Amino acid sequence: MSWNRKHLLDIQSLDVSEIETILDTARAFKAVGERAIKKVPALRGKTVVNLFIEPSTRTRISFELAALRLTADVINFTAEASSLKKGESLKDTAQNLEALNADIFIIRHSATGAPHFLSRFLRGSVINAGDGAHEHPTQALLDTFTIREHKGRFQGLNVTILGDILYSRVARSNIWALLKLGAHVTLCGPSTLVPRVFEEMGCRVVYDVDAAIENADVINLLRIQHERQRKTMFPSINEYTSLFGLSKARFARTKPDVLIMHPGPINRGVEINSEVADCERSVILEQVTNGLAVRMAVLFLVNGGKGPQELAH
Amino acid sequence: MPEPTVILTPSALNRVLTRMAHEIAEKNEEGSQVVLVGIPRGGTALAARLSKLLEAIWQHPVPAGSLDVSMHRDDLGSHVAPVVHGTSLPCDVDGRTVVLVDDVFFSGRTVRAALDALHDFGRPRKIQLAVLVDRGHRELPIKPDFVGKNLPTSRQERVDVRFKEEHGEDAVHLHRLGAP
Repeated sequence: MSWNRKHLLDIQSLDVSEIETILDTARAFKAVGERAIKKVPALRGKTVVNLFIEPSTRTRISFELAALRLTADVINFTAEASSLKKGESLKDTAQNLEALNADIFIIRHSATGAPHFLSRFLRGSVINAGDGAHEHPTQALLDTFTIREHKGRFQGLNVTILGDILYSRVARSNIWALLKLGAHVTLCGPSTLVPRVFEEMGCRVVYDVDAAIENADVINLLRIQHERQRKTMFPSINEYTSLFGLSKARFARTKPDVLIMHPGPINRGVEINSEVADCERSVILEQVTNGLAVRMAVLFLVNGGKGPQELAH
Repeated sequence: MPEPTVILTPSALNRVLTRMAHEIAEKNEEGSQVVLVGIPRGGTALAARLSKLLEAIWQHPVPAGSLDVSMHRDDLGSHVAPVVHGTSLPCDVDGRTVVLVDDVFFSGRTVRAALDALHDFGRPRKIQLAVLVDRGHRELPIKPDFVGKNLPTSRQERVDVRFKEEHGEDAVHLHRLGAP
């Protein structure tokens, strides 16, 4: 077990033992969520700010509930109803919140590196809840947590990530985490969204979806992000569905113990067939449950990340 | 680091545990209501050991489990986050007599956290405290019901309790850290 960081900014800079510490800690917090009393006082008296400059519902709610289950106080700050609209800079916004004695800042921003920027001058902890197309570390942690619960290992495991890789921070964080943990990562999707340059990270890039999924132990489907794409990336949603969608016919040719994952929100009938999304190999809702546990673990760990100290009895 | 002082040899540890089990049995006439709850790490193996000894005395199984207290500590945020261990309680604690078990009793803060953590799982009829080594330096008004060995120590010393199940040997050692 080792964790001595004040911030969680990305997966890229974590080592394997740090990732495993988060996953092990998350297991204990998952058990807390299954009790009659789902709350522990670990962050009692702390103030957590959800600084969501880019709209998000599920990640914000997950972080909010995680903080509440740790007995922290939570402020939700959204760009739509904020001083940012009046021309205030991100730095000033964050420092104003810190002047209210906030302890932990959870930030989502459309600009890559925004959490790293805040971490340079804020006294509190910073957690990246998604920055541009760069990273979304807690999503990768909840995905690896879910995989570990089902498969028990990463070494030699074949994980296929299917869909929009280029614009996906979920894909980047997952790739870093999975490669560090020893899994084989295959990427597949339209060539405009899955450039060969990902091979330099150590991934296999395949454009034939059947080849990409036939030996997969895990298939992680990414949503086609209409809001991020220029129209030129692929001709039509229907074409995407017919070439890359996980149809019943394609699902029938996968391994019998394959795990179907999706970070949500799912577009039924686009990247995944509706029945496949609800089948017993799909762990999409488990991912949501595990996300809460992982975010509790991250909040718990960064709260103590100040320096190594021996704990007395 | 200087050689550690041996406080309890394997056979002495066995005798101490046997006495503690008899004291627990003496204080609790209704053995069927007793559940042993160890505080990780050291208390978990100790609770399992005491449960076996009590089974021999009472002639019925005595449930033993473990209770994570790391989320209830009062020093979170001023230290690096502690290791979170799982909680596994073998039965409902409502209405039962819970004997909390820890290997080394020091400031009392761990036991304070354990009392809070246990409260999240129900309302025991009674809670008692069994510790193998009481090394003093109490910071809270908490007193154990069953003590294996009273061992006055200085703050510069560390008590190391080792169990066969976890460390391959039974022993209690006293280490001196740094200059006296």
